[in-house]
Parts: sequence; C-alpha cells; structure tokens
Amino acid sequence: MPSRRRPAYAGVPGWVVVVAVVGAAFVVLPLVAMVTRVNWAEFVPLITSESSVDALWLSLRTSLTATALCVLLGVPMAVVLARTDFWGQKILRSLVLLPLVLPPVVGGIALLYTFGRRGLLGQSFEALGVTIAFSTTAVVLAQTFVALPFLVLSLEGALRTVGTRYEAVGATLGARPTTVLRRITLPLVLPALVSGAVLSFARALGEFGATLTFAGSLQGVTRTLPLEIYLQRETDPDAAVALSLVLVVVAVIVVAVAHQAGESNGFRRRASS
Amino acid sequence: MTTRTSAIAATLLTAAVAFTLAACSSSGSGTETPAAETPSATATAPALEGSITVFAAASLKGTFTELADEFEAANPGTTIELNFAGSSDLVTQITEGAPADVFASADEKNMAKLTDAGLIDAAAPVDFATNVLEIAVPPTNPAGIASFADLAKPEVKTVICAAQVPCGAATVTVEQATGVTLTPVSEESSVTDVLGKVTSGEADAGLVYVTDVIAAGDAVEGIEFPESGEAVNTYPIAPITASKSAKLAQAFVDFVTGSVGQGVLADAGFGKR
Repeated sequence: MPSRRRPAYAGVPGWVVVVAVVGAAFVVLPLVAMVTRVNWAEFVPLITSESSVDALWLSLRTSLTATALCVLLGVPMAVVLARTDFWGQKILRSLVLLPLVLPPVVGGIALLYTFGRRGLLGQSFEALGVTIAFSTTAVVLAQTFVALPFLVLSLEGALRTVGTRYEAVGATLGARPTTVLRRITLPLVLPALVSGAVLSFARALGEFGATLTFAGSLQGVTRTLPLEIYLQRETDPDAAVALSLVLVVVAVIVVAVAHQAGESNGFRRRASS
Repeated sequence: MTTRTSAIAATLLTAAVAFTLAACSSSGSGTETPAAETPSATATAPALEGSITVFAAASLKGTFTELADEFEAANPGTTIELNFAGSSDLVTQITEGAPADVFASADEKNMAKLTDAGLIDAAAPVDFATNVLEIAVPPTNPAGIASFADLAKPEVKTVICAAQVPCGAATVTVEQATGVTLTPVSEESSVTDVLGKVTSGEADAGLVYVTDVIAAGDAVEGIEFPESGEAVNTYPIAPITASKSAKLAQAFVDFVTGSVGQGVLADAGFGKR
C-alpha cells in the first residue's frame, strides 16, 4: 500500500537556483541600470513635452487599433487552424507565424512592397485615392503585421486544449455553428483571447523596425514612442531615458494583466476538467 | 498532442524574443579588436605595426573602407578595424569605454563632445572633408523637382532628416537662409532612412548629402541647388588620447588628411576642407 502522504519533494537543486538567479539578474539589471540614469528633477517636464505626449498618445491609439484588428482577423484564423483539417495546414500555420521570427525591418520592407506607392496593392489603393505611405494607417498596418501571430498562437493553443466536447454536445442539441462559436467556443477560451490580445498590444506598442521602414517618422502622425526615443537619444539622452522608463512601466502593466488573464485561464481549465 | 503544440508554441515564442533582442542589439557591435600583434614581425621592421580601431561616421563607410585597405597595403603588419555608426552613437560608445583609437565625426558638434569630455586633446581634431546637401529624387524625377523651393510644394512628398541629427540641422539652416519652409511627410533619424524612402519611390524627394547621392548610384537622381552652400558640414578627425597605439593612430589620421586620403574623399564627392 502506498503511503497517503506525498513523498517529500527533494527540492530544487542548488545549482538550478544559482543559474536561475543569474538569468533573472540578466533581465532585471539592465532595467535597474536604466532607472539609475533617469534625471528625476527633469522627469515630469521631459515626459510631458509636446513631442513626448504626441508620441505616447499616438502609440496608445495605434496599438489599440492594431490590437482590435488582431482580434478581428486573428480569432477566425485561430479557429480555422485549430478546428479544421486540410492539406497544407501545417505550411499555412508556419507562414502565418513567420512575423514572429522575422526581423521587423524585413517585415517593413515586405509591407512597403505590398502597400507602398509602387507596391503590389499600393497602386490599386493609389487609384482609389487612398495613400497609405507616411500615414497613421501605415503605422497600424506595421503593428498588426508583427502582433497578429501572438494572438493566433495563444488562441489556437487554448482552442486545442479545451477540446471539442462541449461544442459537439451543443451541435447535437441543434445549435448552428455560429451559435456554437459564440455561446460555447469563445466563452471557453475568453481568458486566452484576453491574454493573447494583451500580448499583441504589447508587441504593437514596442514595434520599431517595421514602422521606421514602412511608415516614416513625423510627430503626431507616424512617430510612435519607440521612434521618439530613438530620435531623442541623438540630442537629449535624458529625454530618451525618461521616455524609455514610461514605455517600461506600460509594458510591465501589460505583462501583469496578461499574467492575470493567464492565471484565471488556468483555474478555469482545472475547474472544467 | 496538445502539450506538443504548446511546447512548439513556447519554443517559437522564445525564438522570437531572442531574435528580436538580437536584432535590436546588433547595431554598433562588432568592434572587437583582435590582438593582431604578430611577434615574428617585431624583429626587423622599424615601421608601423599593430592594430587600431577607427570609429567613423556612417557617411564615411565607402571611403574609409577603401582608405583602410590602402593603408594596410602601404604598411604591412598593420590592421585597421572599422566601426561605422551615426556620429552621436559613436560618441556614446566612446564615452562608455568602447576601444577606439581614432574618431572621425560627420560634424564638429559631436567632436566637441569628446574634446569637452577630455577624451580627445582639444588641439588634436583636424578638418579633413566637407559635405553639402543635395536633393535626391527617384529615377525619372516623377514630381519634376528642379529647385529647393519645389520641395515646399504641397503636392510634393518630401522626406528630410529630423532636426536632431546633423543632416536635419543642415536642412534647418538652409530653410532659414532661404525662407522656404518645408512640410515634410517624414522626418527620419538617418540619411539612410531618407534615401530608402526615395529609392523605394515612396517619397518624391529627399534631402541628403552629395556623397549619399553618388554612393546610391543609379537608384536615385541628384539635383544640386545653390542654397546648399548655406550649410556646409565639416568632418573632423582625431586620435583618441587614451589610445594604446598612439603612433599608428596618428599615422592613420595623417593618411586621411594626406594626398591619398583627400583623393579618395574627393572621388566620393566630399569637398576639400
């Protein structure tokens, strides 16, 4: 008879803890180093200057729009990838996730050749009187391009994890596919959808390379916070550090929210099994 | 099955983060000075030997690569390592302790930062070249640009450098001298980015240096304008005081300011100091 008591856990080997601490220091130390360089006396004027406020406001607006686009396009993509089976699906999934591993500058060049003035679609847009180059739309496109895989990836994983049991029951009770999707599937994966959206938002907020290559840089129109930081660094390192800190704080909040959503996702999964 | 998917997802995510980090940190690296002291060559040659690292402004990439090769050929046993970046980036790197022996700046302001900091002897900098602005347009000049004033036309999409970087400061000077106010669609943080917008045809015109137009070859057309004389950019060069190979560093500076150096620079479009 095995004992009711769980065997005493041997604990984490000491060397693992040591390496983990080194790893954590590697991530945290640069942030600490940055905070030590902040000119606190000038901090508020630096981050409330007109160009800084414009950049922050533009970043928040475009990132939110990009996140909305990611949800709009990403949810159907995740559902199709998780719930259907067709030839070439694996290749399609790899292609869709490509922006994750692509250097952002490459993404920017690709977008330029698609939506640019002389691009694949750009000429048709131009004929319709729509110019994307150097507009806020270009920023949103660049951000959506790099952020979309984050949402698809996390949502597809969640869809596979919850399985199709409840959906099958719903269907046998006469629910149409759209009703099943709306009333069963999406509520089940809502936490994953939220955390995926938050991750996409974070990625969009930090987007730099594709925006610089594709959209340009003009105050209030295309110069987002990362681009403003890059530019300020040329003449005013204090302003660059102050704005970097703002970006870090926003990112930390975003990660905390995503983590929270992930936790509740875990609880729900445990409760339903 | 599901664990496998999430494991793949996790790997992809990690890879993506690593990739992004690598992409971000790649600029300005690769300046390692290999210990190239060959002990066998010390016995006979009383001439120059050893290795130095030259930090040069990005606009000097073509000319200094050629000059370093010629210097090495003229002085066997010497190695010139080159590091190109924006002048202000290079100043930051040198101030933070990067191993540089010579600094060639694209403007006097950035050189002054290092003499003020005591890293370069105040009397050391020598002006070795000048550069002026030129209008760059896509081949065939679709917007029909002929003068500096044409850039201010509302239908012309003009891209310039932001005022924070040297080429942008020169642009502001010309604007003030001519009374022409440009309304650019983008203010980029480097000449390369301005040129990229012109070569891709996104912009109708861009303001860059004469040398950039020559280096770009057939990708752009250059349009000189007389007002460019209002903002002549002077390039100073100097050995770093703390250099361990002061003799070799000075020899390279002399080589750049000498006849060979001046010839190569003139071919690339730089003006005489």
